[in-house]
Amino acid sequence: MSDGPQRPNPDELLSRVQADERMEARGRLKIFLGYAAGVGKTYAMLEAAHQRLAEGVDVVAAYVETHGRRETEALLAGLESLPRQQVEYRGRVLPELDADAVLARHPALALIDEMAHTNAPGLRHPKRYQDVEEILAAGIDVYTTLNIQHLESLNDVVAQITGVTIRETIPDRVIDETTDLELIDLPPDELRHRLQEGKVYVPEQAAQAIRKFFRTGNLTALRELAMRHVAERVDEQMRAYMQTRAIPGPWPAGEHLLVCVSPSPQSERLIRSARRLAGELNARWTALYVETPDRLRLAEAEQDRLAHTLHLAEELGGRALTLAGRSVAEAAVDYARQHNVTKIVVGKPLEPRWRQLLRGSVVNQIIRAGGPIDLYIINTGPGTARPTEVAQWRPHPPWRRYAQATILVVLGSLLGSVVHRFLAPTNLVMIYLLVVVVAALYLGRGPAVLAAVLSVVVFDFFFVPPYLTLVVADTEYLLTFLALLIVGLLLSNLTARVQEQVEATRRRARETGALYTLSRDLAVAVDLGSVVQAVEANAVETFGREVAVLLPDADGGRSLGLYAPSSDATLDEHEMAVATWAFEHGQPAGRGTDTLPAARLRYLPLSTARGKVGVLGVWPTEAGRYLTPEQRRLLDAFASLAAVAIERVHLAEAAGQVHLLEATEKLQSALLNSISHDLRTPLVSITGALSTLQEDDVRLDTEARRILVDTAAEEAGRLNRLVGNLLDMTRLEAGAIKVKREPRDVQDVIGAALRQVGERLADRPVEIDIPPDLPLVPLDFVLVVHVLVNLIDNALKYSPPGSPIQIRIQPLDGEVAIEVADQGIGIPAEDLDRVFQKFYRVQRPDSVTGTGLGLSISKGLVEAHGGRIWAQNRPDGGAVITVALPLSEAVDREGKTP
Amino acid sequence: MTENALRILVVDDERAIRRFLRASLTAHGYAVYEASSGQEALSAVIGDRPDLIILDLGLPDLNGIEVTHQLREWTRIPIIVLSVREEEATKVAALDVGADDYLTKPFGIAELMARIRVALRHADQPAGEPVFEVGDLRMDRARRQVLMAGNEIVLTPTEYDLLRVLVQHAGKVLTHRQLLRQVWGGGYELETHLLQVNISNLRRKIEPDPSRPNYIITEVGVGYRLRAE
Repeated sequence: MSDGPQRPNPDELLSRVQADERMEARGRLKIFLGYAAGVGKTYAMLEAAHQRLAEGVDVVAAYVETHGRRETEALLAGLESLPRQQVEYRGRVLPELDADAVLARHPALALIDEMAHTNAPGLRHPKRYQDVEEILAAGIDVYTTLNIQHLESLNDVVAQITGVTIRETIPDRVIDETTDLELIDLPPDELRHRLQEGKVYVPEQAAQAIRKFFRTGNLTALRELAMRHVAERVDEQMRAYMQTRAIPGPWPAGEHLLVCVSPSPQSERLIRSARRLAGELNARWTALYVETPDRLRLAEAEQDRLAHTLHLAEELGGRALTLAGRSVAEAAVDYARQHNVTKIVVGKPLEPRWRQLLRGSVVNQIIRAGGPIDLYIINTGPGTARPTEVAQWRPHPPWRRYAQATILVVLGSLLGSVVHRFLAPTNLVMIYLLVVVVAALYLGRGPAVLAAVLSVVVFDFFFVPPYLTLVVADTEYLLTFLALLIVGLLLSNLTARVQEQVEATRRRARETGALYTLSRDLAVAVDLGSVVQAVEANAVETFGREVAVLLPDADGGRSLGLYAPSSDATLDEHEMAVATWAFEHGQPAGRGTDTLPAARLRYLPLSTARGKVGVLGVWPTEAGRYLTPEQRRLLDAFASLAAVAIERVHLAEAAGQVHLLEATEKLQSALLNSISHDLRTPLVSITGALSTLQEDDVRLDTEARRILVDTAAEEAGRLNRLVGNLLDMTRLEAGAIKVKREPRDVQDVIGAALRQVGERLADRPVEIDIPPDLPLVPLDFVLVVHVLVNLIDNALKYSPPGSPIQIRIQPLDGEVAIEVADQGIGIPAEDLDRVFQKFYRVQRPDSVTGTGLGLSISKGLVEAHGGRIWAQNRPDGGAVITVALPLSEAVDREGKTP
Repeated sequence: MTENALRILVVDDERAIRRFLRASLTAHGYAVYEASSGQEALSAVIGDRPDLIILDLGLPDLNGIEVTHQLREWTRIPIIVLSVREEEATKVAALDVGADDYLTKPFGIAELMARIRVALRHADQPAGEPVFEVGDLRMDRARRQVLMAGNEIVLTPTEYDLLRVLVQHAGKVLTHRQLLRQVWGGGYELETHLLQVNISNLRRKIEPDPSRPNYIITEVGVGYRLRAE
């Protein structure tokens, strides 16, 4: 609301700024508006296009209808035209606008004729104006043509004027503040002249109708309508201009209209009238539907109509709202007070007179409670049939319940006949009241009414003297009867209402509960699978519909993939295309929407503030019903929750990866330092020895030479082994180790390994214990020799010189174990597992050579074989490392036994 | 370099390797020729007429296997291939295509000399003497007798054949495939378990310590070799 006459409303300013911003990204729409066909809109459009072309603008005629007029065709010839899309429909080929071609060509300005045209089935949008919106959203300016009668809000007025109801309408919201309207005017007489000359396009089928349409009176009225509309726009724009520049002007107080709609068909006209009224008053307006207890269970037709009405209100630029309340007047006035409504608009009441008298008409209630709020009553034309009965809230066949009500009365009477001897007849009334209450609670309003009436009759017949007649001796009983009947009726009504309200409350609670359950399930879902599962499960429970979650593929999110569908049905290419559209445009598409409504599923984009996350596809129910507005809103809420949860999972993954990356980097730098040191150390000795040998002026005896050379050779060998280890490690990490198993002799392996260790074994005794008749073991010879060499080297390093190395083979169940044991200092108990880690070296007082990779490599190689490796300390000192290799042939590609 | 020196062609793209080989081989009395690529090698064989070729498998143009293959199309010159560790498959392939022996880089010069000697000896006398002796092992192929430290060893026909083939190529490596083909026949080239079992049995009969064999040496990833000296 305005703070005062001078200052512009900040909300309005904001929306203007936002509109401006949108305008930057969006293309501008210019509509050449006329009041009838043939006034020259297309011609004017083409003329304007040529002007722009002369200015150097990239103009393309996307769809221009010349109707064979030579002058128009001449103008069109000078422009670049896009070919039309030929669509086959019922054996005919219809030319249509090719929106994709326009988007691909992406001109600065596109000419699209006849914005109100309905597209042939099979196209992306049912209406051409939706194509135009898509093209505008892509940043392409559009020139288009339109007749005044195609505007949604004027539809009924035009129908009144011309007697023809135009079906091809466009919603008013398409023409927003940023649209340019150019009125193409032609005096009606000239237009009629043109018609006679055959210069106006007239489809043969509609010739009669068109001639009726083109009566002078009609044309004049339409012309005035068109002019007035454009004048209003100018007025609006002027005001807007003045507002942004804070030019003081005659500000109307910010009006706010509230329209009360009902499920009746009249509401549609009511909405349109309200829209016009709001336009005249320059007011914002809200359509309100109050869900009173007696409207809790609407028939399907009424639900659909109501949904349509509310949708229409939004299309026409108003807000649509549904509230629950005890009565329409009360809810409306409450809302009006809270939201500074200045005028309430209702339709002419349709209730029967007696009901109005009984409850007080809505109008009166509003007048009384409304205070300073004006009330407008709109006559919405001749009434149609009375609103349909509220549906029963039990699905059983009605006659059964009536029969049950009768039985109840009979039972009550039986009870009464027993009690009758002890009590006065009037007390029996209580029993019948009980019967009526029970009937109302369990059987519904109708049977309860029957029970009330029957009760009176039976009471009179059986329990009131004279018995077994309907005559009443004592007139006091008449009062009793009346009371019984009235109370009975009231009770039945009340109880029924309470039941319905309870039902509605339950329903609402269910919906809230559904959202709560979903958000709770999502909160505990840690990965994508659980999130999708939670969404699917909750959707089935809440809507009775299966849903499918589509997520962008890992290939940069260009295409969507169905995530683990719960149902067996799949989505074909067409469906995927619709889903992709919804994803890319961030708008719902598919069944029940404006875009590609022929699709099987309804697709909702899942997006958060950060961006698009995926698409939720909703399968229709078996019955093929559409979602009610409440369900749609609930579904939107579902979609938001799901989107946030999915985004959360992604973010958590990303965070985890960042963590991992950091840890890896730290480890890597430590490793590099260690490796660098270990590689350089042997080189020190080699370089030192060789450089000494190089020197000419140093006298070395043979012994000294020998020592230097031997040192260099030894260190070179060490360096070679180290490089080999590093390469092995790299290969293991990269997964480049290919294990090729063949049945080999373990004795052979040991022999080869010992030979490879060679000189390092020097003076060490080696004890080998192999059982006879050991079978051939499937192994990769090269790799296992490698492992054994590492183990033997390890044993040599950590045991004193001269101490023996023991190698033992032991057949186990399904495995063969190779043990390499030494008599050294053993491994600290807490390190028995850690010895197999990369670069691990047991703490020792004297320095030990080697990088600590040997055991780690062995572990990697053994595990690639599908085997195990572990370390133990021997009871009598020293350590033993055991390698167990599986005897089975079955090993998968990674070398792991399944 | 005397006129009668045996000629060795060294093929390696690394200059440092060629340098040290030249120095070492010359010191041992061989005449050394060099080539630094596969193509060069092929022409050098025709031009320099070497008695033995030392061929690196990691050449820039033609790979060593290809060179061996092409050479074997027309000459039986002994070829010793050089390869890095972990490329067993390449070594095996080269041997199967016709190379005589292999060495893994880095290698000691003593090893190289031994291989060269063996290769040249086999080139010289392909048929060989009926009696073969190394260490305590003695095999008389004419009398079909095998003696270890003077004691006669009884071998199964297969074991005998296996030993015979090993002796025939004493000092040279034989791939699994070659052994299987020569002892069992062409269809048995993949039956490594047959070979393994027989090697194992043979070792148990003739080796003083079968766990640390002295005569039948396992060439890891490649095959087996009977010690010749």
